[in-house]
Amino acid sequence: MNLKHFAGALALSTMMMMPLGASAQDAETAVIGVSIPAATHGWAGGMNFHAQATIDALEERYENLDFVLSTASDPGQQVSDIEDMLATRDIDALVVLPFESEPLTGPVARVKEEGKWVTVVDRGLAQENIEDLYVAGDNPGFGRVAGEFFVERMPEGGNIVVLRGIPTTIDNERVEAFEAAIEGSGIEILGMEHGNWNRDDSFEVMQDFLSRYPEIDAVWASDDDMAVGALEAIAQSGREADMWVLGGAGMKEMIQRVMEGDEQVPANVTYPPAMIGTAIELTALNFVGNAPVSGDFIIGSVLITPENAEQYYYPDSPF
Amino acid sequence: MSDHAATPAKTTSSSGFKIDFHIWGPVIALVVLVIAGAMMNPNFLSYGNVTNVLARSAFIGIIAVGMTFVITSGGLDLSVGSMAAFIAGVMILIMNALVPSMGVGIGIVLVGMASALVVGLAAGLVNGLLITQARIEAFIVTLGTMGIFRSLITWLADGGTLSLDYTVRELYRPVYYSGLFGVAWPIIVFAVIAIIGEIVMRHTAFGRHCAAIGSNEQVARYSAVHVDRVRLMTYVLLGILVGIATIMYVPRLGSASSSTGVLWELEAIAAVIIGGTMLKGGFGRVWGTVVGVLILSLIDNLLNLTDLVSPYLNGAIQGVIIILAVVLQRQKKAQR
Repeated sequence: MNLKHFAGALALSTMMMMPLGASAQDAETAVIGVSIPAATHGWAGGMNFHAQATIDALEERYENLDFVLSTASDPGQQVSDIEDMLATRDIDALVVLPFESEPLTGPVARVKEEGKWVTVVDRGLAQENIEDLYVAGDNPGFGRVAGEFFVERMPEGGNIVVLRGIPTTIDNERVEAFEAAIEGSGIEILGMEHGNWNRDDSFEVMQDFLSRYPEIDAVWASDDDMAVGALEAIAQSGREADMWVLGGAGMKEMIQRVMEGDEQVPANVTYPPAMIGTAIELTALNFVGNAPVSGDFIIGSVLITPENAEQYYYPDSPF
Repeated sequence: MSDHAATPAKTTSSSGFKIDFHIWGPVIALVVLVIAGAMMNPNFLSYGNVTNVLARSAFIGIIAVGMTFVITSGGLDLSVGSMAAFIAGVMILIMNALVPSMGVGIGIVLVGMASALVVGLAAGLVNGLLITQARIEAFIVTLGTMGIFRSLITWLADGGTLSLDYTVRELYRPVYYSGLFGVAWPIIVFAVIAIIGEIVMRHTAFGRHCAAIGSNEQVARYSAVHVDRVRLMTYVLLGILVGIATIMYVPRLGSASSSTGVLWELEAIAAVIIGGTMLKGGFGRVWGTVVGVLILSLIDNLLNLTDLVSPYLNGAIQGVIIILAVVLQRQKKAQR
């Protein structure tokens, strides 16, 4: 009786597994899974936009490519998403922007062990050599390019204040490179406070900087959301003519001001959310062409000035 | 727990010379902070800085006045920060949508303000009805609506930032930045709401009913207090006040995103408790809440104006002062 039961269950489960295996065999198309964090702040919103836009364009261009996009609002959910992709969608490649490095390392490594192609974007995994392709922005470069711009704009030196992001490795790398770039130039950092990549926080921090320091020549806001808050605080104090602000990350409103030659916003530094698009395109190339695409692909941070601003302006993006 | 808490305050009228820390604790803390600030930075008491600090306290302050009534009647509302973000988003969307049909004028700003009040009222009503009619714990209801409002604003903004139309913004901007006789509008609104709140709490049946429900719901019910109606009213009132706070907030930066109003609920609750209102309900005072709000924003301001500690430790300093302020009150009270 027991044995019969067991045999029945076994037969049933084999039957259920059959069609899945069969359909995967005769499918010619390659399936690329894309797993990214949900749009919880400006930059991530832009990243989601570019992911969707790239997928739409690639599905149009290549008939034999299929995409599965999932957005997760925490690392746990992202792990489940990836497991689901592997189990039910039979992906051939995974493009992942890890929410956090540590919790995602194991699950992504398992995808690799299954013999799938793995592309990791922006945040590296905790273990090396899992991914086939690594696409990322350049955080020290982001700080260095900004620092070099300050040195160029202020040959005589001067007084600046700095708004920092949320205390993280990303922020530390940027600030260290910035400080190294302005060393010996006569530019003095009067104060540094955390504006947490947030408009409201940076507005208040900038108000206090303005009360505290009568002479500020420039502000490194280090992020465009923080630049918005800082510019508003400066406008309130009526000191617009005294100082300029350098943000970063390429928010469309800021790029527009650079394009129009705004004195207060002379430039911007990129940290493009479109890097997810680069990663998806390169991964797709692996399945449709013969060009080798494995390795590391670091997207440099570029200085945006009125001359080249147009090519970094995406009016349709939410960021 | 202790009998001391239950005995009325006026047991030792003979020792009128002693400072009653329960009443004066928050005020003393505020005065100490102001003196310390003035000594550390000459700009601290400048007109500009005082205006900055008071104006930025206004959002949390207006919300905290409403929170005082909710907490006094034994409730809690964790959703106010997300609610503020959601209201700000809806307000911006409505005003932007009306620009083509209404044109840019005072009318559009008034419609925006009205919509903030209506959405605030509706949001407060939802919280209040779920708590009083569906009989779900306030903590759970507002934890749920906190997530709902936060997701809705993220969804409305498509993960990015909602920005108010530039021309409307220029028209609306003075609501935050200008004022009457050199006093900024947010400060005036905050002051008026605080005064009305204090009067309602002290001198009306509604205020006394809140305290009665918070101290003993059963007794209040037997004393013919409409417990559910009063409870519902506190959440609706809070919702409307969140709407008013948002009306003052939107002209400041002209935008709303998923990072708007994060942790406002906890700042408001902290201000209420620092001010001497009991977290478990039964006793509340609005002027204490105002002092609590000022203490919290002064700490932030002072830390930015000086280099006393690493900015990494700002949160720790705030935490210590919050706990100290409450310990000071409670200990002295217990000794009596």
